[in-house]
Amino acid sequence: MNPDAPAPALTPAEAEAVPPAYHAGVAVQLAALREQARLVEAFPLPDELEPAAVFVP
Amino acid sequence: MTVPAELAHQIAARIRARETSAAEVVLAALERIARHDGELNCFTAVLRERALADAESLDRRIAAGEEPGPLAGVPFGVKDLFDVAGVVTLAGSKILAGGHPARRDAPLVQRLRAAGAVLVGCQNMDEFAYGFTGENAHYGATRNPHDLARVAGGSSSGSAAAVAAGLTPLSLGSDTNGSIRVPASFCGIFGLKPTFGRLPRTGSFPFVHELDHLGPFARCTADLALAYDALQGHDAGDAACAMRPAEPSAGALGQGIAGLRAGVLDEWFAEGASAQALEAVERVARAFDSAQRVVLDEARSARAAAFCITCASGAELHLDRLRARPQDFDPATRDRFYAGTLLPATVVGKAQRLRRWFAGQARALFERVDILLAPATPVVAPLIGQKTLRLGDAEVPVRPNIGIYTQPISFIGLPVVAVPVWAGANLPIGVQVIAPPWHERRALQVAAHLEREGIVGARGFP
Repeated sequence: MNPDAPAPALTPAEAEAVPPAYHAGVAVQLAALREQARLVEAFPLPDELEPAAVFVP
Repeated sequence: MTVPAELAHQIAARIRARETSAAEVVLAALERIARHDGELNCFTAVLRERALADAESLDRRIAAGEEPGPLAGVPFGVKDLFDVAGVVTLAGSKILAGGHPARRDAPLVQRLRAAGAVLVGCQNMDEFAYGFTGENAHYGATRNPHDLARVAGGSSSGSAAAVAAGLTPLSLGSDTNGSIRVPASFCGIFGLKPTFGRLPRTGSFPFVHELDHLGPFARCTADLALAYDALQGHDAGDAACAMRPAEPSAGALGQGIAGLRAGVLDEWFAEGASAQALEAVERVARAFDSAQRVVLDEARSARAAAFCITCASGAELHLDRLRARPQDFDPATRDRFYAGTLLPATVVGKAQRLRRWFAGQARALFERVDILLAPATPVVAPLIGQKTLRLGDAEVPVRPNIGIYTQPISFIGLPVVAVPVWAGANLPIGVQVIAPPWHERRALQVAAHLEREGIVGARGFP
């Protein structure tokens, strides 16, 4: 965690979906979620690999 | 605080031998709860009248010569997301408190009762099971019996702390990303997260349908296996519950670990771990004739995918409540659910496909080893209210990072027994004993061997 980093903020479109009182807290959580989402998006998977409707380990 | 020596199998044996009665045992448990729960905060409801009535009924059946079951008279508690007849299922929330009481017990509660166990209460948890610390804005934090200033771990906080403190010898919890294994680690007890689909979740309040598991806590492997054996079996109410026959485990605990090949998970499962966590895994690994370091490829991405699915699916489940009563959520839960509503669907779809790919990596690894070992948590129990922890060189937020080693494993539904190790400190830390799908018995067999060798085990209090 970098204490000098600017506080995360919601985009105007995101802010419309969240009550103003919660913007700051949600922006922090969304920044952490996006960090994980980037890893998922960057992961190379074959096109034919499909998800299981009911997962079987 | 002192922990009574009696374990579940000892209690059941004494009751079956008519050395004591179920009513005496249950009354003693209720007295322990009354004495200690004020400081521990394990229970959200104590079912005194119902428990005593059940115990007296059991005593009458025993007096009539009926078979009382393998868990005869054993008191147990359940995380407050299991339906209990006549009680409102809170799931750690304020919002559900105004709902209707459950009409019947969840099947797993019914199964423990059918085995002779006696339900004594419902137990505290993180709101809607979304947390690893057991700090709940509505019902307070569950305190760790080994150090009251520390968290018990979550989200099955009350269930783990109650067993660790000897309030009851058994309890039931749930595990979506680590919520059985994390509190078992912090509280120094055994916890079993079975294979995804092994135990039915019917009658339990969901968190993330595609990741939720239910399972037991105990202070020894014999009790854990007895409970697990009583819980097994298909239930049509859970679409994910496998049509598999019960595979009893209690009789396999003495088989030892000769010939088993252990793999110590490296890279992601060692990065950032504290010295205690690494030492705990090493101690367990040394018990095997053959232990090698192995890598489960892309565990970091698997953990990220579990993180995204959890946030988005949890948000979808609670969207109406989030829109109608946001002020009544625990702020820590509410802000993450709102964030989940803003995650693109494309990420969730990709994460689900990544899940299938990652399961294949684990299957391939299990062709080389029979059992995998990894820390359950990177650190011992943090302090209540602690906001950050150190992972290697980085200072990171506590809440999302306690489960970094459990999340990739539950993501692909592998069965795990969390075993308690006392590695140098006065606080315990858990090790995950991970088996291939449907091989809970092997994980229990390893845990039992480690327990017999004195490498792992629950402890009492000074």
